[in-house]
Amino acid sequence: MRRRLTPYLLILPGGLWLTAFFAVPLIMMLSFSLMEGNLIDGFAFTFHWQNYTEGLSTYGDKFVRSLWYGLLATVACILIAYPAAYWIAFKAGRNKSTYLFLLLLPFFVSFILRTVSWKFVLADDGIFLGTFKDWGLLNEDFHVLGTTFAVVAGLAYNFLPFMVLPIYVALERVDARLLEAARDLYASRVQTFLRVVLPLSLPGVFAGVVMTFIPASADYVNADVLGGSGNVMIGNVIYLEYFNNSNYPTASALSFTLMGALLVGIFLYARLLGTKDVLEAAGR
Amino acid sequence: MTENQVVLPAIELVSLVKEFTAHGETVQAVKGVDLRIGEGEFFSLLGPSGCGKTTTMRMIAGFDEPTSGEVHLHGENVTGVPPNRRDVNMVFQSYALFPHMSVAENVAFGLRRKGVAKDEVTRRVGEILEIVGLGGREKRRPGELSGGQQQRVALARALVNNPRALLLDEPLAALDLKLRQTMQVELKRIQREVGITFVFVTHDQGEALTMSDRIAVMNDGRVEQLGSPREIYEHPASKFVAGFIGTSNLLSGTVTELRDGAAVIGLGGDERIVVPARTTKVGSELELTVRPEKIDMRTEEPDGGRSRVRGTVTEVIYLGTSTNYNVRTSTGAEVVVFTQNASNANDIAVRGDSVWLSWEPRHSYAIGA
Repeated sequence: MRRRLTPYLLILPGGLWLTAFFAVPLIMMLSFSLMEGNLIDGFAFTFHWQNYTEGLSTYGDKFVRSLWYGLLATVACILIAYPAAYWIAFKAGRNKSTYLFLLLLPFFVSFILRTVSWKFVLADDGIFLGTFKDWGLLNEDFHVLGTTFAVVAGLAYNFLPFMVLPIYVALERVDARLLEAARDLYASRVQTFLRVVLPLSLPGVFAGVVMTFIPASADYVNADVLGGSGNVMIGNVIYLEYFNNSNYPTASALSFTLMGALLVGIFLYARLLGTKDVLEAAGR
Repeated sequence: MTENQVVLPAIELVSLVKEFTAHGETVQAVKGVDLRIGEGEFFSLLGPSGCGKTTTMRMIAGFDEPTSGEVHLHGENVTGVPPNRRDVNMVFQSYALFPHMSVAENVAFGLRRKGVAKDEVTRRVGEILEIVGLGGREKRRPGELSGGQQQRVALARALVNNPRALLLDEPLAALDLKLRQTMQVELKRIQREVGITFVFVTHDQGEALTMSDRIAVMNDGRVEQLGSPREIYEHPASKFVAGFIGTSNLLSGTVTELRDGAAVIGLGGDERIVVPARTTKVGSELELTVRPEKIDMRTEEPDGGRSRVRGTVTEVIYLGTSTNYNVRTSTGAEVVVFTQNASNANDIAVRGDSVWLSWEPRHSYAIGA
């Protein structure tokens, strides 16, 4: 009897936690998203689907921009994280954990603080741009803050660990003898990488993409701190609608629309990459 | 095959030395190895772990570069040539099959890298999978195969390239005893069938003796002895080889007489040991080995000019087809004797019995003399 109950007892704390802090708020938000009204008169549940259609038509460009920024940041993360993870996994020798720690060190500092510090670094007359302008290397009105570049770079920087760690774990699991076997079977270094290492590390890249793309697309801090009026992301809109305008239904509807878009995107991505292969390679 | 019959060696190692530096300390893993391995030969590098056999093989494959010395493949100096441009292939101890590829893709990997035409790749992959007994399993993933089958895939993946030599790094170590014995016979058959030079690295002396044309016994970075399995077994060149290959009895004594190229160690009374030895002189200490199955044990005194020593049985171990006796000799040495259990034989002796041990001088071997 006790033996049959054990699995349920083990899942109980996690299950309760998920129900209380994930499922309940999610259902509440879902009902909010179909409500009508305002803070003074109160809200009423009326299946007000216009929250979705109006949200999408008003802020469609912000949605597209968010997904686009998320994609750019994710690609940037892959390009930075993969070589770093590769080097740590295969070339760092005994000091692997030291290098991993160094790579993660900035992320012990608060997210906001890190982003704000970028603002100082990238400021128009800051330590770099100011100096270069003094030397005459840059035009006086050259600026980085308030551009797409600044926001995407900030996003990439802030979510880098979520890309590095899964890729590192996947690469770390690649048996070094497979590399020797490939070399023994006439593969050059490049071919060894493309035919053996890369396919075996794809599960890590997949996990990294999911863990980077979702929070990066939904982020509002980077656009707020590093971006300008032309870099507003959907996260900023949701924040404004909720906290400034107290327009809970619209904020909720926008949130669910974003969630849906991300879910569809990830699903398509998994299909595109071939989930079967990913799972197989991961489960070896 | 003996050394002077080798015409053009498939592999020639010249004064090969490999040093590793770890924690600021330099360790010589291989301390000057010279070997000539003949075309089509089944050659074994045998030795305990850490003897340098694997490092030697990795230098042949090109994974490690020698600190000094040269590696020649078919007369061509390949020292410094990367592994992908050496015409040798390796079967790894853990097989190192690509987990994300099917059996056929694994086997085709080398041919594809060499740019062999597609239909020829398909044909050769099919052929080699038939040879190793894996026909019909082309589409499986390595993870879906048993250890023995993975072993065959690893073998096929290397052999399909028709290499100048195949290097096998303890390929049977991961298999259970029964499968290992089957694979020993299989490997030998496959080697005869394809006629490729096999360099087999193992710490299992039984495996080396069963399969090899020649064996190089390695110890502490050097080749201790090079020869056919029979030579190595019957005439171990050093105490190490005698101890490492099979069970060997080690005896010693002072030479009292030299007679027809043999040293006689008189032990008083009717006891004596006679052993072929050319370079020793009267009065010097001599160590010799004699194999357990070469010793004749009986309760009555043997006749003739053989080596003969008295002893007391300390242990009787019945093994089915044979019985092992542990005997303490009058000189205090512990000696093991194997006797075959023929249909009419009873136990020769029981624990505590006094016995005579005798053997032909030519079956014993003086170490270093």
